[in-house]
Amino acid sequence: MTALVEVKGLDKAFGGVHAVENVSFSVDAGQVYSVIGPNGAGKTTLFNLITGLYTPTGGEIRLNGETTNDLEPNQLAERGMCRTFQQMQICMNMTAIENVMLGRHLKLKSSLFTTLFRLPGLLRDEKSARQRAADLMEYVGCGDYLETEASAMSYGALKRLEIARALAADPKVILLDEPAAGLNAVETAALEQLIRRIADEGTTVMLVEHDMKLVMGISDHLLVLNYGRVLAEGTPSEIRNNPDVIAAYLGG
Amino acid sequence: MFDQFMKVRLRGMIVLAIIVVVIPLFLTNPFQYDLATQILIVGGAVVGLNLLVGFAGQISLGHAGFFGLGAYFTGIMTGTYGWPAVPTLLLGAAVVGAIAWIVGRPILRLKGHYLSMATLAVGFIIAIIINNESQLTGGPDGMPVPALDLFGWELSSFGLYSFFGIEFDGYELWYFFAGLMLLLAVWLAQNLIDSPIGRGLRAVHGSEVAARVVGVDTAKYKSLVFVISAVYASITGSLYAHFQGFITPAVAGFDFSIILITMVVLGGMGSTYGVILGAAVLTLLPQVLADFQELEMVMFGLILMLTMIFMPKGLLPTLGSMAGKRFAKKTGGQP
Ligand SMILES: Nc1ncnc2c1ncn2[C@@H]1O[C@H](COP(=O)(O)OP(=O)(O)OP(=O)(O)O)[C@@H](O)[C@H]1O
Ligand SMILES: [Mg+2]
Repeated sequence: MTALVEVKGLDKAFGGVHAVENVSFSVDAGQVYSVIGPNGAGKTTLFNLITGLYTPTGGEIRLNGETTNDLEPNQLAERGMCRTFQQMQICMNMTAIENVMLGRHLKLKSSLFTTLFRLPGLLRDEKSARQRAADLMEYVGCGDYLETEASAMSYGALKRLEIARALAADPKVILLDEPAAGLNAVETAALEQLIRRIADEGTTVMLVEHDMKLVMGISDHLLVLNYGRVLAEGTPSEIRNNPDVIAAYLGG
Repeated sequence: MFDQFMKVRLRGMIVLAIIVVVIPLFLTNPFQYDLATQILIVGGAVVGLNLLVGFAGQISLGHAGFFGLGAYFTGIMTGTYGWPAVPTLLLGAAVVGAIAWIVGRPILRLKGHYLSMATLAVGFIIAIIINNESQLTGGPDGMPVPALDLFGWELSSFGLYSFFGIEFDGYELWYFFAGLMLLLAVWLAQNLIDSPIGRGLRAVHGSEVAARVVGVDTAKYKSLVFVISAVYASITGSLYAHFQGFITPAVAGFDFSIILITMVVLGGMGSTYGVILGAAVLTLLPQVLADFQELEMVMFGLILMLTMIFMPKGLLPTLGSMAGKRFAKKTGGQP
């Protein structure tokens, strides 16, 4: 197996605050790889670094062997990376399905000329993008909301919508930052099914999540962060029995 | 499903076309035609500005600068150098688009107030250049502009024309020509909005972070829409110059920039037809309130503020949803 995402000695400091410090790990293609840790441990910062929203202050990030430290998020998207956010990022000025079609942006290459004069190529592209978006919304379980304004949707539905948008790009790796936050037990169970399906279909999943039952049940590998540093790394059973983790996190 | 979209869109354009055709029934003199034609031309400029402000969520407080550049490019090239009108208008649009790209690239990195200030400065600089280059532009006194020459056929407000035995005054023809141009402007704008590129632009407004992670090159898209809106301004500026026959640096000035942005905000940011209504209201209002001329800018400022506080969606969308509710009440629910 080759490492899809590889992180070496990664650092991110905000002024004096070391949000991420000397973090190394690697994610193999096809894995469900989770990052856990207490509030403020640096999980979201780590995701922001990997997806290009932040530039590292030290260390290296690789995607498929290529160093990506200085790439923009859109360039990482072109290389097959997509994500959702802890603070949901939905375009409230669009309908639900338009949000998902937005996720398909990179597959739609109509020129400005074709667009301005609405030539047949554009109509074909849009039609297939709309179909694909509708299928994905069905897949994540918000098929009832196709033409609903995003601003009129419930929190849980928006969470699923954001996943559908990330999937619309046909990503190689998808990063989910606390997808279960704010969901009830039924919704969380459905989410677990969904993540399993995504992984089974060959997409690598990176997950930040506080719901231990969900994380332990679904992950192939776990990274535990504490104060920006790696506390432990391993399979769920290794993590569960790691004395440092028990002392610092699970037991606390 | 797609046909549905096209239908809705076609309906809007047909309504606009009907309004344009019906309005002359109420116009009784050349002065009124002149105002109506101004609304149509400036309406085209605000449809373009709305792409930037309403859809992509970026501000420009110097947009009259691009309108003025188009107007003066046309004035100088067709007037002083005798170039043909249509190629000049298109070349002017290309030149203004290039200028917008060059200045847009660095300033569109800025956000909020900083972007406002930067675009304000761009407008000021253009107005100052036009004022000072009096050799070319006639300076503060302005310059005359030849009538619009459409490939050998001259369209002048003062001309007399006859088609199929029907007599038309030049100002009537100008009105219909400007209406046709506005319809074209609306059609192109809507094609842009309802497309992958348009979604990318709206996403820059809705959530710039989301846009970036799905692969939208937001810096490029902001520049693109800035250029497109500048091209709209340039072309409508050129038309305006031909139509008026005389231009002064006021067409590029700060006051006009503020008027343009007020039209967008009042009419409804992100509503293509709304901003045309905004253009109409704010062109007509000073006529109605002619006694308060010195307070004109105060009034525009006040309108801008009041709209943002009490009607943030703008005139047309607000009227639309009020009508929708009425209708819903009458029919018992389903709007
Ligand atoms: N943009 C920023 N500027 C300054 N400090 C930041 C920034 N982003 C994160 N931090 C700091 O970095 C540390 C890690 O934050 P981060 O959001 O990565 O934690 P987290 O593990 O995701 O926490 P949670 O579980 O609450 O989401 C915190 O101390 C936070 O205040
Ligand atoms: Mg977090």
